[in-house]
Amino acid sequence: MSDVEEVITRVHREEWARVVATLTRRFGDLDIAEEAAAEAFATAVERWPGDGVPPNPGAWLTTTANRKAIDRIRRENKRDDKHKEAQTVYADDPPEPVGAIDDDRLRLIFTCCHPALAMESRLALTLRMVGGLTVPEIARAFLVAEPALGQRITRAKAKIKAARVPYRVPSGEDLPARVSGVLAVLYLVFNEGYLATGAGTDPVRHDLTAEAIRLTRLIRALLPEDGEVAGLLALMLLIEARRTARVSASGELVALDEQDRGAWDTALIAEGHQLVRQRLAAAAAGVAPGRYQILAAINAVHTSASDIRETEWSQVLALYDQLVRLDPSPIIALNRAIAVAELDGPEVALAAVDRLGDELSGYHAYHATRADLLRRLGRSQESRAAYGKAIELAGNTAETAYLTRRRDQQG
Amino acid sequence: MRYLISVLHDEPGLATPEEHAAIDVFNERLQAEGNWVFAGGLAAPETATVVDNRSERALVTDGPFLESKEYLAGFWIIEAPDLDLALKLAADGSKACNRKIEVRPFR
Repeated sequence: MSDVEEVITRVHREEWARVVATLTRRFGDLDIAEEAAAEAFATAVERWPGDGVPPNPGAWLTTTANRKAIDRIRRENKRDDKHKEAQTVYADDPPEPVGAIDDDRLRLIFTCCHPALAMESRLALTLRMVGGLTVPEIARAFLVAEPALGQRITRAKAKIKAARVPYRVPSGEDLPARVSGVLAVLYLVFNEGYLATGAGTDPVRHDLTAEAIRLTRLIRALLPEDGEVAGLLALMLLIEARRTARVSASGELVALDEQDRGAWDTALIAEGHQLVRQRLAAAAAGVAPGRYQILAAINAVHTSASDIRETEWSQVLALYDQLVRLDPSPIIALNRAIAVAELDGPEVALAAVDRLGDELSGYHAYHATRADLLRRLGRSQESRAAYGKAIELAGNTAETAYLTRRRDQQG
Repeated sequence: MRYLISVLHDEPGLATPEEHAAIDVFNERLQAEGNWVFAGGLAAPETATVVDNRSERALVTDGPFLESKEYLAGFWIIEAPDLDLALKLAADGSKACNRKIEVRPFR
């Protein structure tokens, strides 16, 4: 890659959301903003190698995109007043100060993650408008056909416009719920990258985990006081830190107890621990932690042990107890049982897991957890059967490989 | 911006006196806060008549257009600056009339 191409890639990553967000505010139309931003970057790719990179690439792109948007509006020769107003009032607007533009990005995120949109639409729209991923990239990431994904984004944009989904940061009382909606979108993106499903895909989609982390960092920069944003970022960092140790050279999942802890990314762990410590301090001062903060704390306990045997399981269990009070879902109860097995033995844990059978019988991790507990109890035949069920239900190639090896080790 | 708030009803039966009272309170609030355009409750779907005059003569059919599990029981037309307020009002409306509702913007 040439130097200019590298600059363009970097500028795209850093400036895309800002350009789209600024134009959306000016023209009140996501579609115009997206298209004009894409055209502006295409113009940069065309011109910068010859003309050189402008001194302020972000401002150049915003100005260029602004012109493209006005061109489109003129071309379409819309007669309605709103567009006339856009042409006359905004055409020669001076560039906005940085603070206001940052607010625009936050507005953009809240609009893309609006609860009136279906979850799939929120994911696709956020990755396109805020993340700057192309439609083919997003379609590949979620294993959907390009036309279907394109249509999903088009429909979402049309609904936002027709139903007038506001372009604004929600006010006080609505903010926590809306932030948690945004975080749910980012966590889904991260998880899809972390446990990618589908036979033909890589077991870990680093592009998606990296994008989720990048967007969470952005939201953290915009909402530095929010504990759950910090919690989610810490959680992602502490999981991402173990990425390379989590899949073997042959493409098999490596469970936590077998991972080479020397291969963990110490910089990411340090950053994650730092965030968790900040949140623990806030909790000590009386701010009740939310689920992401507790999950991050659990991962901090795991990543603090230099060996699986040094894991402070009592702390893990105490954190799960806290989490269960907040979110009494069977999946949390299942993960709690894994800590119970370490403290009270596999028999007690198995009894707890078996109680979740009605709700979780279609979930591969339920069967995988049972299989492991049965294995530890020497009940090989039952363990084999449980591994078999887990393999049937698991969608991730590395996980299937791991479960198959474990099953075949049972007599 | 105007929104149609349709009241969906999935079982027979009109509003109870308690529901009527709650709807009245909600309507007064809509009027006081400037969101009121129009509203009305509908008689049972069996009272409907379908008319089709696209061809040479008007065809008149007894009964609702569609046999459906959910039918329109009533509606509000509200004025709201954006979908966030429309959804908030819809949530309060749903509580008041004790029914599921759909929010749809006018063009």
